Amino acid sequence: MLSAESIAKIDRELAKYPANQRRSAVMSSLAIVQDEHGWLSKESISDVAAYLGIPDIAVLEVASFYNMYELKPTGKYKLTVCTNISCMLRDAHGIVEHLEHRLGIHCGETTADGKFTLKEGECMGACGSAPLLLVNNKDMREFLTNEKVDEMLEGLK
Amino acid sequence: MSPSLNATLNSVCFRTIDKPNPASLETYRSLGGYEVLKRIITEQTPAVEIINELKLSNLRGRGGAGFPTGLKWSFMPKNYEGDKYLLCNSDEGEPGTFKDRDILRYNPHQLIEGMAIGGYVMGAKTGYNYIHGEIWAEYEIFERALDEARAAGLLGDNLFGTNFSFNLYAHHGYGAYICGEETALLESVEGKKGQPRFKPPFPASYGLYGKPTTINNTETFASVPYILQHGGQHFLDLGVANSGGTKLFSVSGHVEKPGNFEVNMGLPFPELLALAGGVWKGRKLKAVIPGGSSVPVVPADVMMATNMDYDSITKAGSMLGAGSVIVMDESTDMVKALDRLSYFYFEESCGQCTPCREGTGWLWRVVRRIADGKGRMEDLDLLTDVSTNISGRTICALGDAAATPVLSFIKHFRPEFEYYIQHGRSMITG
Ligand SMILES: Cc1cc2nc3c(=O)[nH]c(=O)nc-3n(C[C@H](O)[C@H](O)[C@H](O)COP(=O)(O)O)c2cc1C
Repeated sequence: MLSAESIAKIDRELAKYPANQRRSAVMSSLAIVQDEHGWLSKESISDVAAYLGIPDIAVLEVASFYNMYELKPTGKYKLTVCTNISCMLRDAHGIVEHLEHRLGIHCGETTADGKFTLKEGECMGACGSAPLLLVNNKDMREFLTNEKVDEMLEGLK
Repeated sequence: MSPSLNATLNSVCFRTIDKPNPASLETYRSLGGYEVLKRIITEQTPAVEIINELKLSNLRGRGGAGFPTGLKWSFMPKNYEGDKYLLCNSDEGEPGTFKDRDILRYNPHQLIEGMAIGGYVMGAKTGYNYIHGEIWAEYEIFERALDEARAAGLLGDNLFGTNFSFNLYAHHGYGAYICGEETALLESVEGKKGQPRFKPPFPASYGLYGKPTTINNTETFASVPYILQHGGQHFLDLGVANSGGTKLFSVSGHVEKPGNFEVNMGLPFPELLALAGGVWKGRKLKAVIPGGSSVPVVPADVMMATNMDYDSITKAGSMLGAGSVIVMDESTDMVKALDRLSYFYFEESCGQCTPCREGTGWLWRVVRRIADGKGRMEDLDLLTDVSTNISGRTICALGDAAATPVLSFIKHFRPEFEYYIQHGRSMITG
């Protein structure tokens, strides 16, 4: 079931589109639900579909097409490091290695305590502050160094 | 003759950047913001006058293709009875591009005014700004700016006591480069996978929800209020032949001070490089991708003799694109760089057209094979062959965008690829 808070947020999004175009709110609805649960379960997909009045498959199609949706549970903190060209030129791979070492996992994996998931991401449109990463999609950490990464990890309880 | 830097840095889309609270309505208004909108709406300025001013200014689309904006605005049907839409493309996800983020961050009201003016000129009552999903802080800044504009009566119904209405909303992406392509963006706003549409019909006749729609880049819309405030001729004169006005250049990679610089079109590349603090660590320049990852790479000597405008960069064998300048120093392994770019296009291909879906996979796997030291000499011809077989055979330009780096990297840095194939390791990093 969608929580009352999620519904209130989804309704704000729905108000942006013509009344007969509820489907337009699918991307924001999925982001809202993912923020609440950390990922998108089959049940969440169905809940969003029912609320927007579109088929489950139409929602799943969107959830599986866009990279920032998670169709499997992740750690409490998902760290997505951009490794595209501008970040690569400023040693994003060194940041990835440092994180792999600190967390004891490889990209694509989650720590045993369920706290961190590490991913490589595509261009985040912020190449001027490379290297950088996103915490749970919405919190961007820029101009990274190994020291800054260590500080960040300390702060993510 | 080179333009004087101090007089022209950050003068159009970034004109609020050095002020306190640059993103606030108050700051924007202190620069005459929203006065053009108010004037044209209350005086009922004929749309054609505004379009002519834009044509005079020679403003060209800043999203990459450089299509003349005045002309694009004139394509919208005039006597159409139903709804029409305006869409702003703030989905920048082309590697090396990060200029629109700073417009949202430092001057969102100029974008809002530009879109509202567009709404008036093209008779659209509703607009959406599609914002790249990864820049959430800027999405929220833009939402706040919209609230401010609504509260001040600058967006909404019956603006300035007239019967003109314009409502504008923010829509976010969630991780798909392809949605920057304008018809994929339309699909995405409709709540679908971002798969580009076949053209024609063009968006001006069949766009969002099947209605006439115009899509422009953030920087394009944000340039409009300035042009109308100061005149098309003034904007034209800021630039050079065929490239009116100013341009935001995003400089990233191996420079001391990466960032955005808004300068007059035609600035010599060495001056732009100097603004970004020069090549970092005292190293030598090797190559530059001047317009985002989808345009051909340019070797250092050619780039150092090039000016930053559409025609000059075309003459240098590349494209101005979105003005995304990726700087590579002498330590750069061009095979590894191409490997990363090829992976990007493979990952981001929407899968709709076979040449792109299959071809981007081939390109990446073969480049990876070379970078892994397992390449064969025939691979270089194979890469050229696959690239030329993708180009021009797909619905949208992502296929061409994937082929371009491959062709240009091999063209200009072939010995590095050959060395990898012969020695199983890099000529540069060993
Ligand atoms: C794969 C691909 C990605 C694109 N990404 C963007 C983008 O992020 N931002 C943008 O403004 N234009 C992008 N474009 C260009 C748009 O299709 C379109 O030309 C542009 O938004 C039109 O606005 P303009 O005329 O103001 O430049 C992209 C095109 C392709 C083929």
